[in-house]
Amino acid sequence: MSDAVSDPSRSETLTTADGKPLKAALARAQARNRRRAFYLVLPLLLFVVVTFLIPIGQMLSMSVNNPAFYSWKDRDTGEKVPLMVDLRAWFDENPVGTEPDEAAYAALAAGLAHARETKSIGQIGTRINYEVSGTRSMFTKSARRAEKLEPPFKEALLDIDEDWADPRLWSAMRNASKSFTVDFYLAALDYTRDADGNVVKVEEERAVYILLFKRTLVLSAFITLLTLVLGFPIAHLLATLPLRHSNLLMIFVLLPFWTSLLVRTTSWIVLLQSQGVINDVWVATGLIGDENRLQMIYNQTGTVIAMTHILLPFMVLPLYSVMRPIDPSYVRAARSLGATSWTAFRRVYLPQTVPGIGAGGLLVFILAVGYYITPALVGGSSGQLISNLIAFHMQKSLNWSLAAALASLLLAGVLLLYWLYDRLVGIDNLKLG
Amino acid sequence: MALQSYASPLEKIWHYTYLVICALIFLFLIAPILIVIPLSFNAEPYFTFTEKMLALDPTGYSTRWYDMLLTFGMTNPDAPRDSSWWADTWANAAWINAAKNSVIIGFFSTILATVLGTVAALGLSRPEMPFRRSIMAILISPMIVPIIITATGLFFFYSATGLANTYLGIVMAHATLGIPFVIITVTATLVGFDHSLTRASASLGADPTTTFFKITMPLILPGVISGALFAFVTSFDEVVVVLFVAAHDQQTIPRQMWNGIREQISPAILSVATILVIVSIALLTTVELLRRRSEKLRGVSPG
Repeated sequence: MSDAVSDPSRSETLTTADGKPLKAALARAQARNRRRAFYLVLPLLLFVVVTFLIPIGQMLSMSVNNPAFYSWKDRDTGEKVPLMVDLRAWFDENPVGTEPDEAAYAALAAGLAHARETKSIGQIGTRINYEVSGTRSMFTKSARRAEKLEPPFKEALLDIDEDWADPRLWSAMRNASKSFTVDFYLAALDYTRDADGNVVKVEEERAVYILLFKRTLVLSAFITLLTLVLGFPIAHLLATLPLRHSNLLMIFVLLPFWTSLLVRTTSWIVLLQSQGVINDVWVATGLIGDENRLQMIYNQTGTVIAMTHILLPFMVLPLYSVMRPIDPSYVRAARSLGATSWTAFRRVYLPQTVPGIGAGGLLVFILAVGYYITPALVGGSSGQLISNLIAFHMQKSLNWSLAAALASLLLAGVLLLYWLYDRLVGIDNLKLG
Repeated sequence: MALQSYASPLEKIWHYTYLVICALIFLFLIAPILIVIPLSFNAEPYFTFTEKMLALDPTGYSTRWYDMLLTFGMTNPDAPRDSSWWADTWANAAWINAAKNSVIIGFFSTILATVLGTVAALGLSRPEMPFRRSIMAILISPMIVPIIITATGLFFFYSATGLANTYLGIVMAHATLGIPFVIITVTATLVGFDHSLTRASASLGADPTTTFFKITMPLILPGVISGALFAFVTSFDEVVVVLFVAAHDQQTIPRQMWNGIREQISPAILSVATILVIVSIALLTTVELLRRRSEKLRGVSPG
């Protein structure tokens, strides 16, 4: 009796059939459900981590760490061999800006001889060549004779090539010895280091990356605007037609969406090239003369036209899904209250479509910024975007760390936009047809 | 969109102008895709309509570029077309081999993406899923991250792990790229899924596996198939990852097209393009039929 009075809540605690408190049982059941849901997602999450997140992480590490100057992986044994050991020790002992002395040159000569022995000299030369162009052959040439060099090493090396005294070269070698460097990001933003290790802007004619980032942004914004201008009227038409008709017309939007990107790009090459269909039609109708056919491809025009066509469905579909549920009686009410059709559109209809414009615009812009295939095929030299430059450094110049740094910068921008998209639109609302 | 009876003359003019503008935009969307079809039957190696073609002269048309798809790369293309000729085509023709590779890679990456993606979508659409939003964002990101970045990352990763130049590596990469499409379509199907059906099944004594295969699976199947088709198309059309991580002899149709466009574009590319357009029309039709079936199954009527 006294028990029940002193602790009224206890006697009222609900229990399940087997005597456990209901609250705990419920919490346990919920935790079990959460675990179950999570276990369903886990396999895919692990798969994506392995095939997507780890590779991207590796790329990020490549952009701040290029071990080419100080580490060599033997092709046959897979063993890692440290390179330029003495020279790196000399760098550690002497601060930045120290004039390289005889000991430094001796260490360099020993390093070159060792590099030739391990067949890693090509890698070393390429690495320094990123920073100071034209030095690759100097390394191979000197390494070939390094074995037979006699002290004093300074004179011996300068005898082979007097550029060995170049302070920029020594600064580059010092930087390449570090296991962590932001130099590739500097290079990706058109900065470099002078002989004293200070960050300076590169010469005007070699500054290409900022220009390309700017061009990518401007062209993407322009393409987004074009898709909006072209997409808005047809999305509106599709949304206001009866469903029977609009489903039929929707094929015009969905067929390009389902057609191979390469097919669509090929089609534009066929249409736009100087001996192509459009130019032929214009010449045949006498609009332009045969001798001044328009150059509409392999330049920016080609990139813009083809990309607008390819990305248009990504604008139309979100716009359509926002416009479809808009009640037409709002516009009618505005008209009956005396608004002209233009005012009714501008003040009543347009504000309701803003979520669709935002969703479509962001999606198109995100996709356009990272576009590679179409600019590579129809862009010529003036229509290349930043992705093409990344591919160039991956495949042609083989400056992988610079490619990784450029890719990381692009990735940061895209992820920012993606985050914005998720906040404003929500990824759950992404629809495909 | 009907014209209102109270429209002023100016509005009438605008209305018809608007319709014309829309027609032109639709033309812009569809014409480039359809134009390749007649051009692929060109008898001459040009990318424009010859006079004979415009005059509908049969000699202006030919199927020589389609024939070239079979003969290009053969050891003995001029032999009589008996069974050994076809065997030669099957074994050696460059486009046939590319098609074989594309289908194999597409098939396995689709299976991988669809199975993993469907199971994950089931988890993601449960209300009690922890970190739902962030996990969803990660799983969708392969679609958003520029392909060149993915390809660059995979190149470093595959070179380090020995997956470069293997079919397994390409299949895994393509599956990753297809997964967002499977997740999106399947979760869309699961929205409005009536969970009392699974509860009813459980109360009638079915274990979760039986419930899944007998109740859930048939209902979400249209969404799963659409997702699978998206994943297949993604793989079938993917060229950048293949360029970065595949061996030189691992040609696929898009890679062969890519090379063809970069080097010397020939009308043979247009005949491949025509075949691909027909394939995409078939796929679009299938997806549309599936969508209607799914709506009917779920009792969602259009409009």
